[in-house]
Amino acid sequence: MRYLPLSAENREDMLARIGVAAIDDLFADAPRDALLTSPLDLPSRKSELEVERRLSALAGKNVAAGAVPFFVGAGAYKHHVPATVDHLIQRSEFLTSYTPYQPEISQGTLQVLFEFQTQVANLTGMEVANASMYDGSTGAAEAILMAHRVTRRRKALVSGGLHPHYAATARTLSDMAEDEIRILPPDPLASEDLIGALDDSLSCVVVQSPDVFGNPRDLRPLAEACRAKGVLLIAVVTEALALGLIESPGAMGADIVVGEGQSIGNGLNFGGPYLGLFAAREKYLRQMPGRLCGQTVDADGRRGFVLTLSTREQHIRREKATSNICTNSGLCALAFSIHLSLLGETGLKQLALINHANAVALADALEKVPGVKVLNRAFFNEFTLQVQGSAADLVERMAARGVLAGVPVSRLLPGAGLDDLLLVASSEVNTDEDRAVLLDALQAEMRA
Amino acid sequence: MNREGRPTQPQVATPHMPKTFTGNRALQVAEALIFETGRNDFTGVDLDPPAPFTPRLGGLERKSAIGLPGLSEPEAMRHYVRLSQKNYAIDLGPYPLGSCTMKHNPRLNEKMARLPGFADIHPLQPVSTVQGALELMEELAGWLLKLTNMQAVALSPKAGAHGEMCGMMAIKAAISARGEAATRKVVLAPESAHGTNPATAAALGFSVRVVPAGPDGLVHPDAVAAALGPDVAAIMLTNPNTCGLFERDIVEIARLVHAAGAYFYCDGANFNAIVGKVRPGDLGVDAMHINLHKTFSTPHGGGGPGSGPVVLSSRLAAFAPVPFLKREGERLTLVENAEGTEAFGRMTAFHGQMGMFVRALAYILSHGADGLAKASEDAVLAANYVRVSLGDVMSAPFGDKICMHEALFDDRWLKDTGITTLDFAKAMIDEGFHPMTIYFPLVVHGAMLIEPTESESLVSLTLFIATLRDLVFSALRGETERFLGAPHYAPRKRLDETAAARKPVLRWTPPQPVKA
Repeated sequence: MRYLPLSAENREDMLARIGVAAIDDLFADAPRDALLTSPLDLPSRKSELEVERRLSALAGKNVAAGAVPFFVGAGAYKHHVPATVDHLIQRSEFLTSYTPYQPEISQGTLQVLFEFQTQVANLTGMEVANASMYDGSTGAAEAILMAHRVTRRRKALVSGGLHPHYAATARTLSDMAEDEIRILPPDPLASEDLIGALDDSLSCVVVQSPDVFGNPRDLRPLAEACRAKGVLLIAVVTEALALGLIESPGAMGADIVVGEGQSIGNGLNFGGPYLGLFAAREKYLRQMPGRLCGQTVDADGRRGFVLTLSTREQHIRREKATSNICTNSGLCALAFSIHLSLLGETGLKQLALINHANAVALADALEKVPGVKVLNRAFFNEFTLQVQGSAADLVERMAARGVLAGVPVSRLLPGAGLDDLLLVASSEVNTDEDRAVLLDALQAEMRA
Repeated sequence: MNREGRPTQPQVATPHMPKTFTGNRALQVAEALIFETGRNDFTGVDLDPPAPFTPRLGGLERKSAIGLPGLSEPEAMRHYVRLSQKNYAIDLGPYPLGSCTMKHNPRLNEKMARLPGFADIHPLQPVSTVQGALELMEELAGWLLKLTNMQAVALSPKAGAHGEMCGMMAIKAAISARGEAATRKVVLAPESAHGTNPATAAALGFSVRVVPAGPDGLVHPDAVAAALGPDVAAIMLTNPNTCGLFERDIVEIARLVHAAGAYFYCDGANFNAIVGKVRPGDLGVDAMHINLHKTFSTPHGGGGPGSGPVVLSSRLAAFAPVPFLKREGERLTLVENAEGTEAFGRMTAFHGQMGMFVRALAYILSHGADGLAKASEDAVLAANYVRVSLGDVMSAPFGDKICMHEALFDDRWLKDTGITTLDFAKAMIDEGFHPMTIYFPLVVHGAMLIEPTESESLVSLTLFIATLRDLVFSALRGETERFLGAPHYAPRKRLDETAAARKPVLRWTPPQPVKA
């Protein structure tokens, strides 16, 4: 077996040195009748070529985003990632290292995390950021728990604009933790009255901007109302690129900002691995979940970095930890950080502007198609389209025409009576030709 | 023979190395932060501005500056390559972190995960356009179920601790379904458990009752029986346990737990020791997470991403969270909404760590059933080889007991040397090895937990053992300088972690002008 260096002779010598006759003597503590004495009835080993053939065949059955006009978003976005990013994250020293528990030989990972934390804090307009969470949805659920710890209240209010998968993830964790959670009805027009729903029994209110229907939300009045009631404002961003063009949640008064960082540096990957961004005001630092990297000096007085404040974490604090999280998304954070350091502020803003311009062009064109209507007054790179009939059926028929047109709201919210709504995203990868193909196909479908 | 009169070896050891102008040490190049070298008005990505258009942002345009430096491509390349050279990695040498399982990461797996048909598909595109992806998930699920002899698998958890959360949620859901949610509020866990176990239980509103282990490092049925009661929801037990031992009485423990109306959660962090040798389902386990990033070698990436699918017994299978796969003849679909099912809810947006599923399946197919069993055997063989090769000079808490995939030592042998487990670990760095896991498990004083894995050749193991023996003799001879100041040759000397925690500096801030 190509990955196993020991030879049969090595194995014999090692068993002799250990002083046992056979390998199964080392498994003597396993119950006799549970120890398998022959291989399971499963395929035996395959060569590299055979594995490539098998997996390539499976991959070939899927329609890759890059192969068709592609307008699917709703929390995961197709963007161009510079070749440098994927090359660098495959460096052995990044790819095949563990969590930096021995800082003297992990300064590479640690400095990257320090830079990443700074980038995330600056991007979100917050004072501190952690070294990442699994993804945006689990980060949002953890942010609610954090708000409960900070406020010593146990009831969350969730906007109807929060991505339904995020809301379901938060509801599951809240229910299991026996906390209260109130999720407002789906809100395609961003017309809900969150301020009116506030009261001082709440620990937090969770708002996504741009929301799942694409509406950017002005968080400032809500932030002010929250402060008056001692309620923390948790802002969720599922398209991190939007922060290049839209005012940061921190500047608008959020207390905790949670984001999905996939769209910077990371591919679609059918939903994972992704990258949870988590930032907060510094006064809440000791209630934050996840790893934190901090600056210090070594014995020679030279600057270096370490994991710090681990007394919040499960391996030290056990049942009193702020979270059970252990592993995070280190390599995805690296990809994010490299892509963002290539873009810089100038490039990020430009890329965000291009996304917005493409989406505006698409919305303008779609508004001219009879039978469809853009619901949003404002949006970043994604908006909600109202169509005639079932958006889910439309998406299937459009797929048959070779266009991946978006996400039907009914897939996220079945039974909500929103079957005619379609979420359509457009990024820098969409060409004029892609848009033309989408429009032609849509017009043909609307006529049919 | 050297005929040039030029010395090819250092003549004398240089006692004090001369300082360099740059602070660099040849291949070790000091590297500033991007915030110190990059410029906010520069970008390394060529993007043309869009044609003029009327924005539709609803008046929420960003007005504040962000503070993000940009680097050209060559600058970025050097920055990250230089940083990478300050990291240890499994590709550089043994990484014997007990409980963490740092084994070889095959590059075939990376290549497969990057096929556009896996890497460039969206979680919400029509299921008719991702049948190959769903088939891959089904195939991986099939392997996991057969290797564990369990009934169902939830693929979506994002890492081991997230899988633990998922498994314990399934248990809580099952208890609620029985109408016992209000009474069964206690989870049993041994002292030696991973910190995630009590943290998970506490997050779900359980209190933790500690089960003591015996002097042999094992949990005994009488201790479990004494802790069980009508208030107990579950036991969380790691097998092989964190001392590297197979829980000999695990079947009896499972029987007692079930008889008391509770469930058996097995922490599967150490499943890599028994894949293809023992199936957890045959031991009475009800739920177990599998760290794909340990057992099936998806890369650790400097701290993630992981992936933590959870296998469930028939007692818990119905409660598995959404999404899950459903086969309808030739076609696979995803059940994505919990309403109308017994699913306890949802663990995360989307379907789990697809990139890790591809890598894990590539690893599994490459090994096959025979290779997976052989890998487990080699891992256990290597750990025992290390154990017997160091057991005469280092102290083992459980004597010469056979271990599984990791060998545990304590610090009794360091008594009166003035050297601690930490010092010993740091001296290993100077010898070019990543240290073993230290001070875990907590039940052993000054613990040193060595997991060599199946990836080390005998030559590599032999050098590792010889090096540790040399360090042991050096410590016993009182050569404290080698330990107390270690590491001497790493990119950094020991770092002041106390200062880092006392006054946290967690981000770069621009230097403040000094007032005259």
